[in-house]
Amino acid sequence: MLENKDLLGIKNLSPFEILSIIHTAEKMKLRINNKKLRENTLENYNMVTLFYENSTRTKMSFTMAGKYTGARVTDLGVATSSVNKGESLVDTGVTLDQMGFDIMVIRHSMTGTANLLARNVNASVINAGDGINEHPTQALLDLFTIYEKKKNFKDLKVAIIGDIAHSRVARSNIFGLKKLGAEVVVCGPATLIDKNIECLGAKVTTDLKEALKDADVVMGLRIQLERQKGGLFPDLREYSQIFGVNKDLMKYAKEDAILLHPGPVNRGVELSTDIIDGEQSLINEQVKNGVAVRMAIIDLLIERRKKDEVTNTKWSASESFIQDRWEKRYTG
Amino acid sequence: MAAAKGGFTTICCMPNTNPVVDNEILVEYIKMKAEREAVVNVLPIGSITKGQKGEELSNIGLMAQAGICAISEDGKSVENAGLLKKAMKYASMFNLPVFSHCEDMSLVGGGVMNAGEMAQRIGMKGISADSEEVIVARDIILARSTGVKLHICHISTEGSVQLIREAKLRGEKVTAEVCPHHFSLTDEAVEGYDANTKMNPPLRAKKDVESIKKALKDNIIEIIATDHAPHHIDEKNCEYDKAAFGIVGLETALALGITHLVEEDIISPLELIEKMSTNPAKLLGIDKGSLEVGKVADITIVDPNEEYLIDANSFVSKSKNTPFNGHKVKGKVKYTIVAGKIVVDNGELMD
Repeated sequence: MLENKDLLGIKNLSPFEILSIIHTAEKMKLRINNKKLRENTLENYNMVTLFYENSTRTKMSFTMAGKYTGARVTDLGVATSSVNKGESLVDTGVTLDQMGFDIMVIRHSMTGTANLLARNVNASVINAGDGINEHPTQALLDLFTIYEKKKNFKDLKVAIIGDIAHSRVARSNIFGLKKLGAEVVVCGPATLIDKNIECLGAKVTTDLKEALKDADVVMGLRIQLERQKGGLFPDLREYSQIFGVNKDLMKYAKEDAILLHPGPVNRGVELSTDIIDGEQSLINEQVKNGVAVRMAIIDLLIERRKKDEVTNTKWSASESFIQDRWEKRYTG
Repeated sequence: MAAAKGGFTTICCMPNTNPVVDNEILVEYIKMKAEREAVVNVLPIGSITKGQKGEELSNIGLMAQAGICAISEDGKSVENAGLLKKAMKYASMFNLPVFSHCEDMSLVGGGVMNAGEMAQRIGMKGISADSEEVIVARDIILARSTGVKLHICHISTEGSVQLIREAKLRGEKVTAEVCPHHFSLTDEAVEGYDANTKMNPPLRAKKDVESIKKALKDNIIEIIATDHAPHHIDEKNCEYDKAAFGIVGLETALALGITHLVEEDIISPLELIEKMSTNPAKLLGIDKGSLEVGKVADITIVDPNEEYLIDANSFVSKSKNTPFNGHKVKGKVKYTIVAGKIVVDNGELMD
């Protein structure tokens, strides 16, 4: 059971909530693997995806997750919608809310947008990535993948390598892993890590070998070419030679270490091709687990909504105190 | 009117409006508008460069003749140090002070709140303290070489305080100002993504707030000003990154000063009056800011003990963009008298 109507970030989930999502995902994964187990338990529910930022795998993953549970899934083609006519995010959200959507999935390039939408609508909002803040469903699928192999998080060493400063994936993973008792080391060029990230409990190093040493989990992050144009590192050649992980470097990690990457991978930049396709890599498994985790989240949020309907809990009134404040201030 | 309600009898208006106040005609227009409609005295400030584009000097001399009290590029800094130096030299000819907004955009890099632990916790791009401090240092150096009267606007960081403290120890002609929100709130207030906490310079860390309070006590910062910036709700109830910078401040400034400075024994009531009245008048070279026989009767009467909750709805300002709604404060403006005329009577604005 989830505590809140929305899933906005890992930061405000309890360890218990994270584990209950993982355990539900285990059951959901069986439905993907076995056609006989598929059931349309949520066929009367409606879900809309709002992607203000481009995405292939997250959007398709949510769409498939919705369909496996039987929910009706609609995509607001942001590029072809009224958003293009200059409609504000809040107005778009309120409009869709009136149409009776139960779940809204939002991705946006700005931090806090999922929170903004959530406090203005009755629907349950799932954050599919907001700015450089959080990408909770990605972290949950990473946690699920780690759990499947390691069965435990306590005292695992997880090394996250790459552009930490601009990575919502890294941040959500740090929040989740720390809550579950793992040790997190982040590593990358000094220009791509803010030292303040230590306040989240992660250790910071610019020495790749030190980061990889005895790691149980190695997580590569996508390096974006536009960062280079911003003067944050000289070029991809230098980046891959100093911070790229290859077969030899993977030897510093534990023998049974697993390799993760949120995708899409730049082959030969952050990870070498031989390890991407190697035995330790769970990159393809992550994609399947992503669908399972999102099915679990949709299912648990609907369960929460059903309970709220019984107890007649009005989230938009209690949760969105800021909106209340706005209304009190500006109406009347 | 918001100024009168907040107990201000004279206000300076910054030139970063649309259009930018960069010539004498606009200065005349503001004075005329103020004469017709304003209930308090309005002193216009002219821009340093035309259109605030940082390319060529505004009509500083003609604006001086039309009655500006200072020049400023408020909202940004003059990027080109050579041009700023020329402006300083030119302005000193008319004995105009230069009011510096200190911000190096290349260091701000799209930040929206203070760079620090809080920004890291909530995943926002930070505005580093050095983006302010490098310009504070630069402007102090340029003021030294040109001899202009330099006033550093709304400082927010510990480092800026240090730079100004050092300059004063060297005996340089520099004054500094702080806004009430920078001694009343820290960046913790940003946590809920309420864009009413978005302003420039941003709310800073606890250590900055503490060093600002100490600087107020030591009179390193001799002026408290509002940086009053009204914005429509639509510019604030939106994505934090997109939201406008700035908050309204005229109607909360005095109460915040009393609550966070006088009540906390940082400064005395008289020192607060100096920082909000006597010192600004001295900086502008106007014969105000004292209570004496024969002076203009610009007087504010305050009940320093009245406690209440700030209610943005009760603001006479058209805009309600404040992070202080519901904030408990002490000190209420009872009467505002401008040139002998009562404009606020028992806390209420007169028609």
